[in-house]
Amino acid sequence: MSLRTFSTGGIHPKSNKLTASGAIEPARLPSQAVFPLSQHIGAPAVPCVSKGDRVRVGTQIAKADGPMSASVHSSVSGTVSKIDSIVDASGLRRPAVFIDVEGDEWEPSIDRSDNLVINVTMSNEKIIERIRECGIVGMGGACFPTHVKLCPPQECRIDTLIVNAVECEPYLTADHRLILEYPDQIIVGVRILMKTLGVERAVIGIEENKPDAIELLRTKTQMVSGIEVMPLAMKYPQGGEKQLIEAVTGRRVPPPPALPAHVGCVVQNVGTVFAIYEAVVKNKPLIERVVTVTGEGVSRPCNLKVRMGTPVGQLIEQAGGMPENTAKIVSGGPMMGRPLLGTDVPVVKGTSGILLLSEKTAARKEERNCIRCAKCVSVCPMGLEPYKLATAAELGRWEVARESWVMSCIECGCCQSTCPSHRPLLDWIRLSKKKK
Amino acid sequence: MSPIFTSVLVLGITGLVLGLVLFSVARKFHVEENPKVKQIEELLPGANCGGCGYPGCAGFAQACADSSSMEGLKCTACKDEVMRRIAEITGHEIAESASRVAVVRCSGSCANRPSVNRYDGPRSCAVAALQNGGETGCSYGCLGSGDCVKACSFNAIRMNPETGLPEVDQEKCGGCGACARECPKNIIEIRNRNKADRRIYVSCMNRDRGPVAKAACSVACIGCGKCVSACAFDAITLEDNLAYINPDKCRLCRKCESECPQHSIIAVNFPPRRDESSSPIEQNS
Amino acid sequence: MMSQNLFISTSPHIHCGDSVERNMHLVILALVPALAASVLLFGIGALIVTATSVASCLLFEWLISKWLLKRERCTIGDGSAIITGILLAFNLPSNIPLFQIVMGSLFAIGVGKMVFGGLGNNPFNPALVGRVFMLISFPSRMTSWPVPHQMLAYTDAVTAATPLGLVGYQNDSLPSYMDMFLGNTGGSLGETCALALLIGFVILLAFRVITWHIPVTIMLTVAVLTGAMWLVNPEVYADPLTHLLSGGLMLGSIFMATDYVTSPMTRKGMVWYGIGIGFLTVVIRLFGSYPEGMSFAILIMNAIVPLINNWCRPKHFGEVVK
Repeated sequence: MSLRTFSTGGIHPKSNKLTASGAIEPARLPSQAVFPLSQHIGAPAVPCVSKGDRVRVGTQIAKADGPMSASVHSSVSGTVSKIDSIVDASGLRRPAVFIDVEGDEWEPSIDRSDNLVINVTMSNEKIIERIRECGIVGMGGACFPTHVKLCPPQECRIDTLIVNAVECEPYLTADHRLILEYPDQIIVGVRILMKTLGVERAVIGIEENKPDAIELLRTKTQMVSGIEVMPLAMKYPQGGEKQLIEAVTGRRVPPPPALPAHVGCVVQNVGTVFAIYEAVVKNKPLIERVVTVTGEGVSRPCNLKVRMGTPVGQLIEQAGGMPENTAKIVSGGPMMGRPLLGTDVPVVKGTSGILLLSEKTAARKEERNCIRCAKCVSVCPMGLEPYKLATAAELGRWEVARESWVMSCIECGCCQSTCPSHRPLLDWIRLSKKKK
Repeated sequence: MSPIFTSVLVLGITGLVLGLVLFSVARKFHVEENPKVKQIEELLPGANCGGCGYPGCAGFAQACADSSSMEGLKCTACKDEVMRRIAEITGHEIAESASRVAVVRCSGSCANRPSVNRYDGPRSCAVAALQNGGETGCSYGCLGSGDCVKACSFNAIRMNPETGLPEVDQEKCGGCGACARECPKNIIEIRNRNKADRRIYVSCMNRDRGPVAKAACSVACIGCGKCVSACAFDAITLEDNLAYINPDKCRLCRKCESECPQHSIIAVNFPPRRDESSSPIEQNS
Repeated sequence: MMSQNLFISTSPHIHCGDSVERNMHLVILALVPALAASVLLFGIGALIVTATSVASCLLFEWLISKWLLKRERCTIGDGSAIITGILLAFNLPSNIPLFQIVMGSLFAIGVGKMVFGGLGNNPFNPALVGRVFMLISFPSRMTSWPVPHQMLAYTDAVTAATPLGLVGYQNDSLPSYMDMFLGNTGGSLGETCALALLIGFVILLAFRVITWHIPVTIMLTVAVLTGAMWLVNPEVYADPLTHLLSGGLMLGSIFMATDYVTSPMTRKGMVWYGIGIGFLTVVIRLFGSYPEGMSFAILIMNAIVPLINNWCRPKHFGEVVK
């Protein structure tokens, strides 16, 4: 039986899942945790603590500023040492709250027990309110505030919830391990979301390279009606929202500004589903996440359960230290992650992995003329013409790029990683997306 | 009828008919154009830099011919002589306007602002500015890929390979602002040329707190405010740890320059100071 | 911020490892069977012509980029000039004098490629530009093909007509299909052995250098059109198999029409391009004054490629089809 996948373009990068069999370990507590105020798309949160304040694990330290914003909670207990700025994963210096860690004292409202609660009786409004309060954002990397996604436009009728457990990025295994170690919690999370969205059907999309996770979820969902586990053929970027919807339902989301909701789907990352379970059932804000620390030459690649705000350098230390030849630190996967400027950058809600690359891999090769091989066109999952968009941007012809649908680009990087001439296609395409 | 005669006849008639068609079309669709527009356009540099605020040189020429005075009409790239001749054509008084020049507000040369990372994307400031603050610890300063150089139609700005910063050729620059519009970090400012072309400005855009800025760049403005208190004319404002000298209020006294502990205030085209002992370098040491 | 001197270029951070060189070297590899076949068939002459052509192509590219364009980095290392050299030689008879080859190479590299800015910018296939230049400049030399199996002969080789030249005049003296498949006929040195060219095609497909679209549509179009004509009048028109196996059809459709730079960017465009080449080839072969039409057909379609690219754009994801 051939497995389903999306139809246009896509590539098969070497998967390099070094940590697929490494159980999630707790990361050490940092001595100082740093919480950037913009960990999400939308307006930065507004700090609600000041220097010298005592905080506990789970104390809110910044409030959401407007509907598209998300609040930030402390993941450690201690004293606010300053509200200053730090260079975060965006490469820019942005405001952040610094907390000196003392002990590990949790807010009493958080249920720290392991009891699995299966039946959730909370009302839908209450659930969405709780998700908003707990500062939950999409944990696949885009960091879109989750409560916004759960309130689709009035005119859209949602019939399918899709849980994104694809993890198509090479190297990353955080979602894979999360499924293996917390399957029951994830299924309860899916049921909470189904109830909130009022849908009868949920599909967990998962790539075939995780047979153990597929098997486990299948046995766990046998008794639950409405949840289907759907193995998908391996292809990058299957984890892209539009690609996943097509792979699972065959529906194609129209070009922007249309949303997945317009074809009746809501997609949530499996990490987000877990965070929703913890928020709704355990009243635990988004203060921890699983981070894959991996890369070329890393002596002990591992999956760590990390408190937000921990500096990246400490995680690398726990994975056996930084190899000599490291020339690039990437936050996220190798296809879409962001390059980090140093090891002081703190872990935030969207940090799915820390990837160390050697000079040989990281350094770009010399750029050549486009030889018009058409490989970029054939791999583009959005049916665009990257060679043309990049050339238009290079020449400053923004209107040509716009007419060629540049705004549909999902920045998956297929074109650039395939280009035999090593042209920085995606760099130019990003530029023309910014130039409106 | 001989074949030659036939062909001459056919070609001749065809030519005549087509000629008549062309003539009548030209008459019918003739547009009366102000002859001044063409004359003015010939005087203009033709670079279409947009510094005058009109869509290219043709647009400016049209505006000059249509306008009832020369108020607000100034080709930033032209010498005064050219503007005078344009005024002669239009028959209006030439409007006095200050001539302007581009000023690069960053002194973060390779020596002052060492790079801590390596950027190996395309050589374009616009691309480099997309995701990070550049190779150095300062995310406000010059990115050094020379987008301003490409933007200049007059060859008036070039990259100095030693400092890695752009340098404006004061002779050639007309202050059209094409470079300033192109710079993704907005470090280029168009300022008036004052008496004897003297200028004094804060050559820094860093809005970080003092220690952070200082760690990244040895000539960064740290927002200490010494220049603000030194200024007797209220010309200097301090906002977000960054001083700014308002060219409209500044009287070019140079007091602030000697006060600045970071040497981030730059004075151009001033005579050398008489009193050597008050030179800023010695004061600082 | 600690000084790590890390790279900070944006995603993607990995590359599939493909390069211009890799593609070019694989094409050269795919040309090796045909080169071996040509040496076996036409002997020393084939070697001399190919070596001269490759060497002069490389030399001219180096001279032009160094002295005329004053480029810092020379592009002869990318292998494209070698391919142009081999393909040009494959389109020549094995008894052509050296100076004509050198002139053809100069035209191919200089006018066919470098005037446009080098590899990637040329609208026409350089080898074909060189070949058509030679065909027009030296018509008699370019259309007298030596008989195979004269191993040591070069310019003194005995010549004879090619199968396509015979079609319509002496249909009964056409070589057998097997001889044409193995290349045991007169013709340009690289085009006769269909077997070797098909092996090259398999290599190109196996390493994913090209897709099947262009060669297969050309061959299909030629087969369908010549088949129709053959059914109408088998006395005058040759059967489709003869057309497929003779002349430069295999060489042209597998190696020349599939040139990255001068072929369309989408699958749909490639199919239309292939149909166009097949159609023009048949028209020239059957009704034109030249017995062979492949090179002209490819050059004409090369000129239309920008239009095809504009017309056959990929289907944008989620676009509503009206």
